[in-house]
Amino acid sequence: MQSGKIVVENLYKVFGDKPQDAMRLLKAGESKETVFAKTGQVVGVNNVSFSVDEGEIFVLMGLSGSGKSSLIRLINRLMDPTDGRILLDGQDITRLSQPELVALRRRDMSMVFQSFALMPHRSVLENAAFGLEIAGVGRKERETRAMKVLEQVGLAPFARKSPHELSGGMQQRVGLVRALAVNPSLMLMDEAFSALDPLKRAEMQDILLDLQRGQSRTIFFVSHDLEEALRIGTRIAIMEGGRLVQVGTPQEIIENPADDYVREFFKSVDTSRYLQAKDLIDPSAAGLVVNGYPANHAELDKHSWVACVSKDHKLLGLLGRDELRSEGCVPSERCVPVSPVAPASCLPDVLQRLLGQSEPLPVADGEGRYLGVITATSVLSKLSAHRLQSAH
Amino acid sequence: MSDFLHRLISNPHDFLPIGEWVNQFIHFLLDHNGGAFDAFGRAVDLFAESIEVALLSLPPWLIMGFFIGLGVWRLGWRFAGFVLAAFALIFGTGFWPQTVSTLALTLSATLISLMIGIPTGIWCARNKRVNTLVRPVLDFMQTMPAFVYLIPAAMFFGLGRVPGILATVVFAVPPAVRLTSLGIRQVNKEQVEAGHAFGCTSTQLLFKVQLPIALPAIMAGVNQTIMMALSMVIIASMVGAGGLGNDVLSSIQRLDVGLGFESGLAVVLLAIILDRLTESFGRGQAARQG
Repeated sequence: MQSGKIVVENLYKVFGDKPQDAMRLLKAGESKETVFAKTGQVVGVNNVSFSVDEGEIFVLMGLSGSGKSSLIRLINRLMDPTDGRILLDGQDITRLSQPELVALRRRDMSMVFQSFALMPHRSVLENAAFGLEIAGVGRKERETRAMKVLEQVGLAPFARKSPHELSGGMQQRVGLVRALAVNPSLMLMDEAFSALDPLKRAEMQDILLDLQRGQSRTIFFVSHDLEEALRIGTRIAIMEGGRLVQVGTPQEIIENPADDYVREFFKSVDTSRYLQAKDLIDPSAAGLVVNGYPANHAELDKHSWVACVSKDHKLLGLLGRDELRSEGCVPSERCVPVSPVAPASCLPDVLQRLLGQSEPLPVADGEGRYLGVITATSVLSKLSAHRLQSAH
Repeated sequence: MSDFLHRLISNPHDFLPIGEWVNQFIHFLLDHNGGAFDAFGRAVDLFAESIEVALLSLPPWLIMGFFIGLGVWRLGWRFAGFVLAAFALIFGTGFWPQTVSTLALTLSATLISLMIGIPTGIWCARNKRVNTLVRPVLDFMQTMPAFVYLIPAAMFFGLGRVPGILATVVFAVPPAVRLTSLGIRQVNKEQVEAGHAFGCTSTQLLFKVQLPIALPAIMAGVNQTIMMALSMVIIASMVGAGGLGNDVLSSIQRLDVGLGFESGLAVVLLAIILDRLTESFGRGQAARQG
């Protein structure tokens, strides 16, 4: 069995009055369209399995109608699944009775909504304390706890105001505080920032990342905005027509989109911004000299630069090819020491370093082990490849 | 059956004796449940009478002061001035006691209507089957000419305040049911989901999410109920409910246009005051939610 904060196994959701008819066809391998044509039942979620690790921000992406809104509502059982299992900390929540479900929602999970869904008859503070009030926490304690979270997002001065007196971005901060105040181990966010303008959206993403730092809370985030997914997601899952098409880290999905549907998402997004130093390495740009001896004599002449490393592959420095001519053995004292960049450095940092020096830019991991070099040519070829991908 | 066939042949234009069936049904109820009706009637009478006696025992300036104060609080000085002028006019034409009686009748009919209407509205909003069952009943209650209720009401409860109030209740309940149910069903889907997502029980959802958010609509229903009750209470004077309706009725009987105008004017002024004040409560809520 898989382990994780949430484990979803073969989950189905069918909308209509005869879900069992639809299930029989689906399990026989019929498509969503055939099921609709034959039974009139609408398949929302079709045989989805995945797991979410504790502490990660798991972003579920898809166009409208892909079933992502249904899927997030299945996880806190605002909707009941037609078939399949959902394990939360190992407990199958699809079998819970109503009172058990109420207890679980109060203890372990909360939700942030696209339309904010604040209560207009309550002040900002009362809204923030809503979850605690429902759970039966006394007025003094719940207001103290809610106030603490309001302070974290800079809303303490507005505690006594009515939500409609606040701007959209501030209202959603109240929505976020309401969800955080109950200190849930799982927070569900349904298109939480989609109703905000782009500047406010970026600001909210920063607030979310700030609040998540050093926390073990798990966040399940539904979005249709790829930039948002790439920015905040630890891992991204892409849904189409009720099925899960691909699950992976942002880098994995950018580098290896599973199909045209996934590729379609990148059309409007400049994916080159998400390139990292390790994606830009050109393996053939520099020769390698280990502990003073070339790794491959014949190869050495093809490169204009040579990287010198110690016996345990720690980078010592770079050397121009001309320096090599006379001798077979390379004294490492003559290397130009060039400080390497980390594999996860982003494109703008890499470009800035490359422009400031004549040598190629070496990449080394956390322990200083040499991984390769980046040259202007390797960056340009990688960038043009991404542009072509986006253009198609 | 042969009776029915005979009728069909002898009188083909009126072979469905619905009216006769209704009469038989009413008489059946009267013969078999007379005691129950009497007890119910006494309870309603006690309720309405205590409200009327209480209001009539108050000095006029106290009642006027109360409404003027409400006017200042809810709508400002201009409306308070209007209330003062309106009351002075009613007092000056000598209709003050009847106006207070009418106010008391309206108040008791409204309270009974809301006690029935709001819970029914909640039930309709939460249960589709109840809703489909109740809707045609409401249509019937609202469109059946109001006078028609007075006859059976008088047969069940005799002449006086009780049949007047109960006929009024039948007429005034529908808007309370409709607007309560509408208000609850109009609560944003995500607000209801938010309630569930944070672990509301069904009672918590009703009292902490649905009813407070539906309050403006419910207040609009209260306003409608009051206005319906006021108009019906006047008509109910035909079964002896009392109040301003008596004067309107006698002005018709005596063809006294002047009396009709004076008493009618008192009804209009009372209606405007009640309408603006109750409307302002709903509007205050709506503004906070806008």
